[in-house]
Amino acid sequence: MTLYEGNIHQDLQVTGLRLQEAVMRRLSSLGILEGTRVSILNKKKNGAVIIKVRGARWAIGREIVKGIDVEEWLDEKDN
Amino acid sequence: MKRTINVAFVGNPNCGKTTLFNIYTGANLKVANWPGVTVERKEGLTEYKKQKIKLVDTPGIYSLTSYSIEEKITRTCIMEEDIDVIVNIVDASAMERNLYLTMQLLELGKPVILALNMMDIVEERGMEIDLHRLPEMLGEIPVVPVSARKRSGLDVLMHAVKHHYDEGPKFLVINYSDELEAKIEMLEKIPEIQNKENKNARWVAIKLLERDEEVCRHYTEVPNDLPEENYEKKIINQKYDYIEEIIEECLFYKSEKEAFTDKIDGILTHRIWGVPIFLGIMALVFFLTFTVGDMLKGGFEIGLETVTTGIENFLVIINAADWLISLTVNGIIAGVGGILTFLPNIFILFLALALLEDSGYMARVAYVMDTIMGRVGLSGKAFLPMILGFGCTVPAIMATRSLEREEDRWKTILITPFMSCSARLPIYVLFADMFFGKYAIIAAFSMYAIGMILAIIIALLLSKLSKNMGNQALLIELPEYKTPNARTICIYVWDKVKDYLTKAGTTIFVASIVIWFVLNFNHTGMVTDISESFGAILGRWMVPVLTPAGLGMWQIGVALISGLSAKEVVVSSFAVLFGVGNANSAVGMAQIADNLRMSGFGMINAYALMIFCLLYTPCAAAIGTVKKETNSWKFTFGMIVFQLIFAWLMAVIIYQAGTMIFG
Repeated sequence: MTLYEGNIHQDLQVTGLRLQEAVMRRLSSLGILEGTRVSILNKKKNGAVIIKVRGARWAIGREIVKGIDVEEWLDEKDN
Repeated sequence: MKRTINVAFVGNPNCGKTTLFNIYTGANLKVANWPGVTVERKEGLTEYKKQKIKLVDTPGIYSLTSYSIEEKITRTCIMEEDIDVIVNIVDASAMERNLYLTMQLLELGKPVILALNMMDIVEERGMEIDLHRLPEMLGEIPVVPVSARKRSGLDVLMHAVKHHYDEGPKFLVINYSDELEAKIEMLEKIPEIQNKENKNARWVAIKLLERDEEVCRHYTEVPNDLPEENYEKKIINQKYDYIEEIIEECLFYKSEKEAFTDKIDGILTHRIWGVPIFLGIMALVFFLTFTVGDMLKGGFEIGLETVTTGIENFLVIINAADWLISLTVNGIIAGVGGILTFLPNIFILFLALALLEDSGYMARVAYVMDTIMGRVGLSGKAFLPMILGFGCTVPAIMATRSLEREEDRWKTILITPFMSCSARLPIYVLFADMFFGKYAIIAAFSMYAIGMILAIIIALLLSKLSKNMGNQALLIELPEYKTPNARTICIYVWDKVKDYLTKAGTTIFVASIVIWFVLNFNHTGMVTDISESFGAILGRWMVPVLTPAGLGMWQIGVALISGLSAKEVVVSSFAVLFGVGNANSAVGMAQIADNLRMSGFGMINAYALMIFCLLYTPCAAAIGTVKKETNSWKFTFGMIVFQLIFAWLMAVIIYQAGTMIFG
């Protein structure tokens, strides 16, 4: 599922990023990349969300959100 | 002792590098509260206990890859041999994000000193940092808490530079997984790396595993030995895992504050209530600006009258020439003095904006407004410069730098002047009070609403015109909420008040003299009848153009032209034109209003004038800023023409429709 489809306050894990190279670079230097744990704090109808990643809150617009795939976070880390 | 120690200041955007640099070097580099201000490296000298120290300020970066210009400049700069020590400036209130760059810097093997800036904010938020454990986890490098804002810890930092400039991290800070370490070890031993780079072999090996373009190009023989896989993601993740450990061990009481922020965000960024709450807050800001500002006005009026009478009496006593008395009283005091009495309004406005900014709410506005801005092809982030525009258009236009795409920047620059700046406030207060009686506040308030609505409509039209519909998506950090800091607020507000006073003393002062001159002279010399002056002649040329908008008086023509120097000057001109000592007093207003009413100028005319002032070309300073920021005369000139025509059209529509309905 995409990040937008996740439930609010549920722990999620990023499974893939389908975005332009430049945006992916930006996200990865902010610590958002495959395997990262995120949780959604809030979302809007227009597709923007507020997430919490590694202790920081980010407001992210639809265009980026729809390129972030996530799944439910499992406590056992597999990598 | 070393002759000169070369120090590079490195850190994330907006962590206070340039502020610190300026304090040490006394240089007045441009510091701004948005990313991307420092584009080139800048150098300055300082001294600590007779030790000469050269400081280099670098652009703010999030990581040390080589994908953006800023990153390349910084990396080249600190890799150079002549940099002895890197001072990594970290925003302690956002340590988790800032430490990622620190991890990369530590890997370089060069001496690094960590300056924990903004410790005061950490304390305000009730958090604590373990300053003993932190260096232990960072290879025993010196960690110095500083506050650029409070100017504390500055000497301690330079002391650390003087004594530790040649010491790198004492041990490997990050040990990667066995898989990665094995690869790093293999690469480190390659002869080419050993020969070229014996000091930084580990760094080169890691960069090769990350497939860093520049490093790969530099080591031509190596790529044959490179493992197939790109390890970049694993390396980043493991760095962040380590940062999480650091935060776990060194940062305390964070979660309580988080819960507090989450609770407030639940309301302020609510999917339905977010926008109404924001509009409500802005309405309150302007309501306070008008009402509280007016309450404080009285004291200023009495003061101004005393000064005016004093100066006038003094000039009469010393037998000053009539023209000198006229220039001083009817020119300078009328022009400058009237503007000064608006200071309480300006003060309240900037106080409110400072509170919103310092509390952490502003970034939320970008999220809340993302829906509306998205409809007009901009991200919510473009709304932040627009809010600054309520204060002053000049910094607002500069703040558009935070928008990545040039197209978005130009669009935002074009609509930002419609956000009514504080210089336009005196015009609204004056004309609303004179012609709208008890509805004055509604009339003045409507200017802000109309400005915002028109800005969004124009942006919508522009996005329909341009074919590129791909939106630049929002990506902005939301800081934790905090109680605004009195000191920060004072500095911010005092800065704005000082700007206002400076403007009164310079631009408005000169403009008032010029206006007095053109209204009291013509080619024959000094005139007794103002309607024969240069100003009147000039103003009369404008009358045919302004008549359809209900502004067909030569005096208004003069006021509008002079308003191009600064919008407050529109008010100054009316004061000089009608010989009013204080335009912002009941007597002054009555005098101006009576003069205007005699020429058939009424409520509808006043509203058309306010609309015209809202929309027409902002002041000379704003035009200069637009030219500098866009680097295009074509754009700047086009903008001026557009604003003049648009303002005229809207004023005509308001006046014609108004006379039809109410006339």
